[in-house]
Amino acid sequence: MSTLEIKGLRAAVGDKEILKGIDLTVRSGEVHAIMGPNGAGKSTLSAVIMGKPGYTVLGGTVTLDGEDMLALPTWQRAVRGLHLVMQYPTEVPGVHVDEVLVEALAARGRDTAALAGIIDAEARRINFDPELVTRALNVDLSGGEKKRNETLQLGVLEPRIAILDELDSGLDIDALRDCARRVEAATHENNLGVLAITHYVRLLEELKPDVVHILSDGRIVKTGGSELADTLERDGYAAFV
Amino acid sequence: MNTTPVMPSAEEEIWRYSRIGELDLTAFAPGAARTETVNAGALRATGTHAGVAMETPADVFAALNREHGNEIALVVPRGHAVEQVIEVVHHVEADGTVSYPRLVIDAGEDSEVTVVERFVSSDSVTALVVPVLEVRAARSARVNYVAVNQLGTRTWQIGHQQAVGHRDSTIRLNTVALGGDYARVRAEARLVEQGASAQQLALYFASGTQMHDFRTLQHHVAPRTHSDLLFKGAVGGSARSVYTGLIHIAKNAAHSEAFQTNRNLTLGEGAWAESVPNLEIETNEVKCSHASTVGSIEDDHRFYLESRGVPPEVAERLIVSGFFNDVLERMPRGVDVEPLRRAVADKLAAEAVLTAGAAS
Repeated sequence: MSTLEIKGLRAAVGDKEILKGIDLTVRSGEVHAIMGPNGAGKSTLSAVIMGKPGYTVLGGTVTLDGEDMLALPTWQRAVRGLHLVMQYPTEVPGVHVDEVLVEALAARGRDTAALAGIIDAEARRINFDPELVTRALNVDLSGGEKKRNETLQLGVLEPRIAILDELDSGLDIDALRDCARRVEAATHENNLGVLAITHYVRLLEELKPDVVHILSDGRIVKTGGSELADTLERDGYAAFV
Repeated sequence: MNTTPVMPSAEEEIWRYSRIGELDLTAFAPGAARTETVNAGALRATGTHAGVAMETPADVFAALNREHGNEIALVVPRGHAVEQVIEVVHHVEADGTVSYPRLVIDAGEDSEVTVVERFVSSDSVTALVVPVLEVRAARSARVNYVAVNQLGTRTWQIGHQQAVGHRDSTIRLNTVALGGDYARVRAEARLVEQGASAQQLALYFASGTQMHDFRTLQHHVAPRTHSDLLFKGAVGGSARSVYTGLIHIAKNAAHSEAFQTNRNLTLGEGAWAESVPNLEIETNEVKCSHASTVGSIEDDHRFYLESRGVPPEVAERLIVSGFFNDVLERMPRGVDVEPLRRAVADKLAAEAVLTAGAAS
């Protein structure tokens, strides 16, 4: 069992405070959706949890099983079990996914001998062309292929808690279903905890949330069950912002 | 030598940023590199073939090479496709000497040949090597050339590659430069008849106090000619690099296409790279582009790999290797790039050029 606990998190980009006190607890096997209008701070939350440069933490804590994540460099947060699926996966010329996974597993002290087979199996689960794994990271990939690539990495690395930053943006309905189902399966198979940041409900049709939070202006303004997503779908954000 | 040749100065545009001012040619005794060839066989020709691409020597160093050079000439008969890669290796072994190796590749109509030329010396040898390459590709000929600079850190190189492409020919000039103290290459492709095409590709990586210096020319003389250049370099430690490149499209060369890209990674606080692209276009109906960048490893690239759990120093190594892989993957078929990939990896590891530990 793992617990990601966020308490009173405040963060800024430059002089502008974006996160104004976030409290959130995600446990293994749970799916939490964070929904909110543009500019609410959704992507900032994922960036700050993972330690992306360019953000300043003003206060609060982020812990994984009691360990202070904010004190660790990004790579160690990942090794401890946090994983970020990026909204816009970065293109890294000449660097191949399988090379990255070898190094990522080695940093975790895990065996890499069986990696090729695992990659192949993961690729098949999400209808990703395994040939693309030997190509440069995200270079010349379509939106759907990029997200399948992100999901494949999640499948191989088996994190404890995954943060999905707009997994549903820029991909077609088939890719969305493949990726969302794979994450959903990981919550059962690996007891993965999920923090799914999204603007739209369509992701949540495949990835069933246990808890839905509405983020507005850097604060969680409402928390409820999956029925909250339905209310949003019907009424929009207006009632909450 | 009876008369001392007049040395150029860094005041001249083509020598700007160079270290030519440090060179004392009289400090070097005339010598010759030990040259081996592999697979050249019957293509080796006797007599001099100098001048097939460089009619008159372009500068004092090319003139010295013309006068003193040890020439290897490969003449590929019309219609002949040479299957095996030909290798020419120059071992610069004698301390305090200057050598003038010359390689001439004269490819007949519709012939095909791939030649790898390597320059090798040990770190203990103080020497100057002044190589000249001349390539002539006759109608529809395909010439692939790869220069590999694996010179030691006390060897200077002042080199010149000159290629001329005739109708519908394809010339690929590739350079991998890892060695040398000051290592300069002037790489020029002239497309003199319709449909001729030239690709120029280079990987260069300087560390310590090394300096790499490239001057390129894509010279379109005839209509419907095509050129594409990609030069990617990295500098670590307090190393320096210079790239200046000119696309020149003459008045007669309408409907030509020319592309030029130069990307530089600066890996050390004291490292310095200069990139100067130039266009000179004398006709309107052309398609041209150039792009040039100098910068350190991008934060986004670093963050992407680190967010997978890859430690910073490993992430940097992967990113720099990837930066160069992009070039190695475009090398001509048949050329074994694995040793080059390993040489780049070894240099990355050995020179400790990476900054992750210190900077972040």
